[in-house]
Amino acid sequence: MSRHVVATSQEIPEGGRKLVMVRGRPIAIFNLKGAFFGLLNRCPHQGGPMCEGLVTGLREAPMPGEYVYSRAGEILRCPWHGWEFDIKTGQSYCDPERIRTRSYPVEVTAGTKLVEGPYVAETIPVSVEEEYLVVEM
Amino acid sequence: MNEVRSQAVAEAPAASKLLIADGDIHPAKAGAADFHPWLEKRWRDHMDEYGSPGRQGWQAGPAYPKSQPNASRRDAYPPEGGRPGSSLAFMQSQHLDANGVGLGILNPLGSGQGVQNPALSAALCHATNEWQLAEWTSKDSRLKASVVVPYEDAVASAAEIRRYADNPAFVQVLMLSRTAEPLGSRKYWPIYEAAAEVGMPVGVHAFGYGGNPVTPGGWPSYYIEEMTGHAQCQQAGLTSLIVEGVFEKWPALKMVMIEAGFAWAPSLAWRLDKHWKTLRSETPELSMAPSEYMRRQVWWTTQPMEEPEPRAHLEDCIGWMGWDRLIFATDYPHWDFDDPTQALPIRVSEEQRRAFFMGNARGVYRGCAG
Repeated sequence: MSRHVVATSQEIPEGGRKLVMVRGRPIAIFNLKGAFFGLLNRCPHQGGPMCEGLVTGLREAPMPGEYVYSRAGEILRCPWHGWEFDIKTGQSYCDPERIRTRSYPVEVTAGTKLVEGPYVAETIPVSVEEEYLVVEM
Repeated sequence: MNEVRSQAVAEAPAASKLLIADGDIHPAKAGAADFHPWLEKRWRDHMDEYGSPGRQGWQAGPAYPKSQPNASRRDAYPPEGGRPGSSLAFMQSQHLDANGVGLGILNPLGSGQGVQNPALSAALCHATNEWQLAEWTSKDSRLKASVVVPYEDAVASAAEIRRYADNPAFVQVLMLSRTAEPLGSRKYWPIYEAAAEVGMPVGVHAFGYGGNPVTPGGWPSYYIEEMTGHAQCQQAGLTSLIVEGVFEKWPALKMVMIEAGFAWAPSLAWRLDKHWKTLRSETPELSMAPSEYMRRQVWWTTQPMEEPEPRAHLEDCIGWMGWDRLIFATDYPHWDFDDPTQALPIRVSEEQRRAFFMGNARGVYRGCAG
């Protein structure tokens, strides 16, 4: 396991996303109300590029005719077949027991700490004035 | 994102992999003007004035909503703009090159098939065919065209098929499944006669505008019912083709059932065979059991493949149908695309894999034996 600097926190605004590569793996990073989450950019179903999916909410119906909408902005639908995933955990909604997409913790770290190491700054030049997103892999 | 996929290709260059066939690619026109070079002014004016409504209850757009905009993968929009499927260059880089497609069958939708005005339907279908030649097959030899026919006018359809009898860019005839009458009706026989004569299979793609609901029990409420209903609809069509004697009359005719799954084929065959034994004298023109016509003259494209648990059931279905019956298809650029590296989730022999991904297609489509 090592820690990888993948972006500045300013690069991904609230509700935004960015595709980064960490040790050759494509990771989609999402900003949910200031908290950052990383998902492997390959849907566990057929490999669709998750970073290009629709971010939406959760539609549920406790019984026919009754609808509940919740978790706006926290659910990701694969851009191919529309499978739904919880951005925070990678858990799927079509088969939550068995199917989840790999999630990676993303940490916001001040540049002052990063220059001390031990971090791998892949392609991101680090300066002490900024905050950075760090993925552990 | 597309950078990621091209990196994956760089690891294993397409040329070194087994090339595959794709029995269902949807090229799209960027706009109505794409057809203008082959459409008389009379029809361009007509469409400006009256539109080109199809024969269905909902006159504007499809009868059901789609899962994704334009029924397309969200990553399939060409960088230069336009609808998914409208850019050959992007189709090449995202699909044909990346997935090693060596033989791609074009099935244009939104082509004029099912347009209520019969002469306009025929004019639009012809424009679609010329457009396939000019914009697609002449620019990429991996792509082959379908003769799009105005199927409710079988005489015009047969003329359109014969028009391309000697053109090797055309490898099949394209119909849709939701015709005004069941597919085996004598009304459509001139289409089958012409297809058999020129040696092209007739592909029957899901959807269509016959005015009938997708199910035999009325108009359902949801898109998921339409998606599932394609299988029911094609079973009705295939039953009709068999029982009306189309395969008996044209034993060399090949049918390809497109985009309706295939795992239903064994159960349909078993039911037909059972009733045929007791009711044989009702249709004495059938010289053999319904399942035998299916095994002799019918193929299925794979997408959207059923995904049963356990996956071994899929193997059972294909085992009954025969590994020579299936033609791999992606449905690119549509949202329910099947990825060739993921879509066959069972262990198969090298021989089966080659048949599934290429060999069967080469045998079915006209002039593709290579």
